[in-house]
Amino acid sequence: MSLIDFVAGLMFVGVVAYGIFGGADYGSGMWDLFAGNAEHGAELRTQVDSSIGPVWEANHVWLVYILVFMWSAFPTGFAAVLQTFWIPWMIVGLGIILRGSGFAFRKFSESLDSARMYGAVFALSSFITPFFLGMIVGGIVNGRVPLTNGDLWTSWTGPASWVGGILAVLTSAFLAATFLAADAHRAGKFSLAEYCGRRALVSGVITGVVALVAVPLLKNDAPVFTDRLQGRAFVFALGSAISGGFAIFMLMKQKWAIARLGAVAAVGSVLIGWGVAQWPDFLIESATLEQVAGARVTLVGLVIVFAVAAVTAVPALAWLYYLVTRRTAD
Amino acid sequence: MFALDQLIAARDQMALSLGFHIILSCFGVGFPALIYLMHRRGIRRNDEVALMLARRWSKVAAVLFAVGAVSGTIMSFEMGLLWPGLMSTYGDVIGLPFAMEGIAFFLEAIFLGIYLYGWDRLPPKVHLATLIPIIVSGAFGTFCIIAVNGWMNAPSGFTMVNGVVTDIDPLAALFNDAVWGQSVHMFLGAYMVVGFLVAGVYAVGIRKGNNDEHHRLGLRYALALAAVAAVMQPFVGHVAGMRLAENQPSKVAAMELALKTETRAPLRIGGAIIDGEVRGAIEIPLLGSLLSTNSVNGSVPGFDAIPDNEEPPSNIVHWSFQIMIGLGSLLALFSVLFWWRERRKKSLMDSRVAMHFVTWSGIMAVIALEAGWVVTEVGRQPWIVNGYMTVGEAVTQNSAVWVSLAVIAVVYLALGIAVFAVLRSMSKRWKAGESDSLPSPYSPSVLSR
Repeated sequence: MSLIDFVAGLMFVGVVAYGIFGGADYGSGMWDLFAGNAEHGAELRTQVDSSIGPVWEANHVWLVYILVFMWSAFPTGFAAVLQTFWIPWMIVGLGIILRGSGFAFRKFSESLDSARMYGAVFALSSFITPFFLGMIVGGIVNGRVPLTNGDLWTSWTGPASWVGGILAVLTSAFLAATFLAADAHRAGKFSLAEYCGRRALVSGVITGVVALVAVPLLKNDAPVFTDRLQGRAFVFALGSAISGGFAIFMLMKQKWAIARLGAVAAVGSVLIGWGVAQWPDFLIESATLEQVAGARVTLVGLVIVFAVAAVTAVPALAWLYYLVTRRTAD
Repeated sequence: MFALDQLIAARDQMALSLGFHIILSCFGVGFPALIYLMHRRGIRRNDEVALMLARRWSKVAAVLFAVGAVSGTIMSFEMGLLWPGLMSTYGDVIGLPFAMEGIAFFLEAIFLGIYLYGWDRLPPKVHLATLIPIIVSGAFGTFCIIAVNGWMNAPSGFTMVNGVVTDIDPLAALFNDAVWGQSVHMFLGAYMVVGFLVAGVYAVGIRKGNNDEHHRLGLRYALALAAVAAVMQPFVGHVAGMRLAENQPSKVAAMELALKTETRAPLRIGGAIIDGEVRGAIEIPLLGSLLSTNSVNGSVPGFDAIPDNEEPPSNIVHWSFQIMIGLGSLLALFSVLFWWRERRKKSLMDSRVAMHFVTWSGIMAVIALEAGWVVTEVGRQPWIVNGYMTVGEAVTQNSAVWVSLAVIAVVYLALGIAVFAVLRSMSKRWKAGESDSLPSPYSPSVLSR
């Protein structure tokens, strides 16, 4: 494995972490939208607050991590991805601003009406943001991004982008529902756990069906990527299917905490499968990692920075998750 | 012409995004230190008022940090969306400070999560200690991000061979000539903004007759932090400016309204360059050379040494510079006066005029901060990387920037109003003696009680 591949792998650690933790965050906002009126939805929304309140900012640093790694390690590739997907990136950026602010504001807002307004902003942008991120991913895998002068519209509006956007929303919803079910159960809110578990089950099944239906679409729209996914990355696709099936089985048995592990494994392995199928390209059909890589010394520096992060931020993050999840009813 | 228009939109969007984010990042950097001092007092002296203040401040910090985090995230998008030329050419030269800042931000977010969650859950001393990583990573993050800006002003760590960047040395890029002066200057600026803004909130309370222990304590602590920073700031700012005569003569020329390079140069206060002449400025002999070069015989660069197409808009830079210095000096003088009177037990908290001043001091600190950024950014024009790349070469070709600029302007205006409204509602609820948030903000049964 070359240094370039290794650094690309480190960057992809961020993609997987963001897909799982950021995804669970986004999905929580989606369920928040469907929780019903203020009275009916109060219990779920309170759970969303306590589940993601302490961790959402840390979860979203992964996105900054990905971007910084991308521009430091693969500067010309970064410029191509940002310029070609100019419109969806701008929407994602606005979605992130509105989502975080809405979430932070609603808890402290003056009246129920303003809390509802902020809540709606938070919940709606929880849909929009992962959807457009998924569209960007679809655009990357179907080979529509040249190094310069990418098309501002058609590059991210093809079938693969729609598959990416829809799957990003569905997997986020699935992840979040299993997280919320497990959290509610541990907090002793058993009926809420069941409510979330049912939603996890439904969204998990829909995600699986959509993923299967998407295969012929992808084969047609992103042939290079799909071939690799069914070839060298097949084990990850299979692993995702098995973990997803396991999660659904555990949801049916109402074992929420174990189901959450299955959901994380399912989403994690499909993301790793994406990475394996993407390699050795940065932009499929137009640029390899090697072609867009920056200075070697910077790549070495990034490895060191990653090592520093691994011994500082990761233990701290583990402590935060430990504190938040160890709690019982409060 | 069209490319020029795009450039204006891109610069405006960057200025708006940075100008908005920088106020919130001041709170990310400075507020944890203020909370730490207050929280420590609460624990050490078993002071209930101090503990209550620390607890309330931490809620305010949660809201401000959230908006700061998201408005900072979009700036990392904008680096690529607005300035692809900069990032594709120099991304790997300045990547490391950005990556290190990423870690600092990560640690800040994690420990803030732990601190906020830790109230009533962690042992008091451990809980207090979780603020320290936030304070340290705030300072470290400031250093890293300002290193990038310093590098844009004083590029180093690479060699340009036939238009290709080679021989990259990320450490040399990180430790560029501008980094120490600029980052300490910004760090102190952050503490000033936080200290004076927080003090202003309590000054309003005192003026309205809430002249109690709680308001006086809040004001004293905030002004203590602000005063230390404000008194050090002029010296640090002076040192930060010392490198300019050599690195960025056009910036100095604009700051000083210097048409000609001269030794024994005067300091020009006010005035403007109109039709190639300085008009309306008050000139103080020799002081210009003394301040720019530490010697009355020093040579202050003027526009005669700068090619016409490399001159920044001098009047904007000059006025921003003088507004920053004027407000900064005023705040430093007031800080000295305040603490001198405190020592003599004749507190200025009993003076309505002084409390009016403190009310506005936070706004003054913010204006000084923004003016300082105008000096460094507008003063570098037309360069994005001083001497190597102009903003025109770096800017995106996408004409949608006008749309995104309009959207961002509307969103930030709404966001600014919302931040203010939410903080006000928190304060109202505290005043009414209620808990800080609605127990469950989404249930009408809770609200109708």
